[in-house]
Amino acid sequence: MNVRLVVNGVPHDVDVPPRRLLSDCLRHDLGLTGTHVGCEHGVCGACTVLLDGQPVRSCLLLAVSVDGQQLTTVEGLADGDELSPVQQAFQDCHGLQCGFCTPGFLTTITAGLRDNPQPSEDEAREMIAGNLCRCTGYQNIVAAVLRAAELGS
Amino acid sequence: MKPSPFEYSRPSSLDEALQLLAALGADGKVLAGGQSLVPLLSMRLAAPHHLVDINRLTSLSYVRTSADGVRVGALARHADVERDDSAAQVQPLLRQALRLVAHPTIRNRGTVVGSLAHADPAAEMPAVLALLGGTVRVASSRGTREVAAADFFAGPLESALQPGELAVEAFFPALPPGARTSIVEVARRHGDYALCGVGAVRTGNTARLAFLSVAPTPLVVEVADVADAGELARSVVDPEPDIHASAEYRRHLAGVLAERALRDAA
Repeated sequence: MNVRLVVNGVPHDVDVPPRRLLSDCLRHDLGLTGTHVGCEHGVCGACTVLLDGQPVRSCLLLAVSVDGQQLTTVEGLADGDELSPVQQAFQDCHGLQCGFCTPGFLTTITAGLRDNPQPSEDEAREMIAGNLCRCTGYQNIVAAVLRAAELGS
Repeated sequence: MKPSPFEYSRPSSLDEALQLLAALGADGKVLAGGQSLVPLLSMRLAAPHHLVDINRLTSLSYVRTSADGVRVGALARHADVERDDSAAQVQPLLRQALRLVAHPTIRNRGTVVGSLAHADPAAEMPAVLALLGGTVRVASSRGTREVAAADFFAGPLESALQPGELAVEAFFPALPPGARTSIVEVARRHGDYALCGVGAVRTGNTARLAFLSVAPTPLVVEVADVADAGELARSVVDPEPDIHASAEYRRHLAGVLAERALRDAA
């Protein structure tokens, strides 16, 4: 099926079988490998992208189902060489180690801070509760959420 | 972890969707939010011949509140209902329960009516519909019918929906004056399916409880005196053991959570 996806503002026309997961379409068909695939059944959050601005699991969507819609992946967060506030905060606070889960955290937190620009620590934890990280123990990611809120204000 | 091949249609009107589902019969499967269906496809626990994607049927994405209750269209996402202040006012149990459904990211895409159609006895929405005595409006090319919650959930992952039918709306009755609600659960991790959960509608010293994860369908129990609720809960549930919890532990949780839910709703 022919599908048009507008990813990070750039329209892409791709021909995919209906069973193609959005995560695979982004990575294999469009070569946008910033979106990572972890559990592939909606538990880990690594593949989170923004669909019309809202965070969703790209492994739980069929590419054909989002034909014509706007997507933001981790590649779309920075402004050229300038890191977004969330990315900068992850660097400042050491919010990542191996980095596998990071794209999902960055997209989730970007949308989370848009909806709640000044979260409390509890709200920061709630914001990232659907994303798994095996390295950091989450402390520095929570710190990065709060730091990103400072940078963005 | 990839779905097996299937045919795919994306109708742009309800009529078109119902015609397609009628033609496909048992070969057709409805895709709404897909937050339960797509993992089943990826794990190949489900391999439908033809998916009918209803995500273009935006006329079904409504949440309508009136004095008698809340009507939720088939394409309303969990997050749409959770955010709706008038729905929370007329029936507070909706927002209370939706906050326990997976994580916000899942709730952005998953639909309330899809969760009902999926009929998972461990899920919150079927328990809420059963507890409140709600209904599901079912449409097909032959017309529409209303199915009471008590008749809608037939077994684990099995609803009263027949081939060719589409659940188009769920109705959650308003909270009666003087009643209060609560829903509590215990899960291994935040956002996981509950090992046991209890929803409550309490009026004075009487209550109605719904248990999730302890029976093949949501289990609804009338409580004549809330002081007896814990013991009553332990005696009526007949849970199955699985890798997550033993039957005894689930029975214990049913008693503790029934008491907790009723305390919250006091």
